[in-house]
Amino acid sequence: MITIGMDLGTQKVKAVALKDGAVVGRGQSFAGFDPAQAAEHAVNDALNVAGLKLSDINHFTATGSAMDLAPHTNSTVSMMGADAKAGVFLIPQARTIIDVGAEEARAVKCDERGLMMEFVVNERCAAGAGAFIEAMARALEVNLEDMGPLSLQAERASPINASCVIFGESDVVSLIHRQESKPEIARAVFDAMADRVTSMVHRLGITPEVVLIGGVAKDPGFVASLNRKLGLMVQIPVYPDYVGALGAALTAAARAKGAFK
Amino acid sequence: MSATKEEFWRWHEYRRTMPNIKPAGKDLITAGVDVGSVGSKAAVMVNGHAYSWGIIRTGSNSPESAKKALDFALKDTGLALGDLKYIVGTGYGRVNVPMANKAITEIACHAKGANYIWGSSVRTVLDVGGQDIKAIKIDETGRVVSFLMNDKCAAGTGRGMEVFADLLQIPVEEIGAMSLKVESEPEPVSCTCVAFAKTEAIGLLRKGWSKEKVLAAYTRAMAVRMANLINRVGLEPALVVTGGQSKNVGIVSRIETILGVKCLPAPNWREGGLDPMVAGAFGAALLAKALYEKAQPVR
Repeated sequence: MITIGMDLGTQKVKAVALKDGAVVGRGQSFAGFDPAQAAEHAVNDALNVAGLKLSDINHFTATGSAMDLAPHTNSTVSMMGADAKAGVFLIPQARTIIDVGAEEARAVKCDERGLMMEFVVNERCAAGAGAFIEAMARALEVNLEDMGPLSLQAERASPINASCVIFGESDVVSLIHRQESKPEIARAVFDAMADRVTSMVHRLGITPEVVLIGGVAKDPGFVASLNRKLGLMVQIPVYPDYVGALGAALTAAARAKGAFK
Repeated sequence: MSATKEEFWRWHEYRRTMPNIKPAGKDLITAGVDVGSVGSKAAVMVNGHAYSWGIIRTGSNSPESAKKALDFALKDTGLALGDLKYIVGTGYGRVNVPMANKAITEIACHAKGANYIWGSSVRTVLDVGGQDIKAIKIDETGRVVSFLMNDKCAAGTGRGMEVFADLLQIPVEEIGAMSLKVESEPEPVSCTCVAFAKTEAIGLLRKGWSKEKVLAAYTRAMAVRMANLINRVGLEPALVVTGGQSKNVGIVSRIETILGVKCLPAPNWREGGLDPMVAGAFGAALLAKALYEKAQPVR
């Protein structure tokens, strides 16, 4: 049984090839203006890694905000459904899954079977998603991947109250004018964003274990701030950005077997 | 100061002196200084009547912007700082108005200022400033009864409009009129986030939408948010709009359509009318007068 899951996010498209319950290939590509084309690239990369051909695939399932544009699709699954399924597959104790992507954030409550029970979303407000860090990195003139390590050098938290990217940029500029150091400003950026994500998660309620996924989970600065704000240690799978695609691939496998109709 | 090619966000900085008032020695002269996130406004009043005002862009230094705005309002009037009996600071930067005798919230000042500009019939004030949107219920004397404000979000605020102006390369003061040049009103966009507009508006333009249609869809969505805020605080006529966005006809006319009521028309600032963008400073100058009188020994 070989399936492919595709996650067509706003910034990147991810694909996971799954063979008999094990991941055999991964691929990703920037969505740009043509998410369908990006999905083809991501699927090809995943197939190449796995040494498979398109014709070997039993079922394709797509998820993500642009799932309707996905090629080869046999079925689709909601982002929350995919997050829950793969989150519990990877970390069986997972009951709250926080997914922070480039432009959206959500939290999903799930049961031990990986079924989604409830969810909350931060829909298309850049302040609670990866876009916030990107915009602030630009304002600080720091590479995006350096923001996290930089923030961990901060000796104290400096106060910014940015809950909007547009105003956050001017907050950062005024901190620069006040001669605040870059590590402290970077830390302030992550703290502000973690605040926003935390208040979203609190609307859902926290049931341990809490798992953090999505591209932003790879940022050590955000993880440190989120742990502080939540007052617990979130668990992070090895490939947090591929969890949505894995959820789609698992769904594909279940549907191909006929367990779901 | 007209918009240059590179600075679509730029709006009019100007000052005005009322020609019919001649301050004399016995007059009570007060001032209000409203340091907003985008604009700094100062108003000088003589016995509670608007005498002069000035509007400038707020710089990175609030105390300096406060001083510049007040100097601008006093310019060529023959008055000096020492002639001002009492000064009230207000706005986002109100604690940074060094010459102020007292700081008062912009909510109280806009309430008082709206009552001054339009009279005692005003009951609901929508203040759309540089970084936030407030719906304020007031009584016939201009006192605040209740208010609501949005979460810090740039959509629909003056700052958000400036970003839009740069994005679509349209002078910010023309956005409102341009957004009305559509044959039929498009559906409002589902996402108003200004940060994402950078990619989404470009996507819409690529789909063949005109700039006017893109502006209409965004302006509509922002007007919906403002109308919701007004409904939540409880709409009671007469309704007025203050703050910089009171000059955006695209916003104001859509709010009227959505709510099904007409706003009291804003005086034309280009022809010397009391500028609703200065409402907070007018209110502050009036409250300054009241505070000064209260502090005098009873005769």
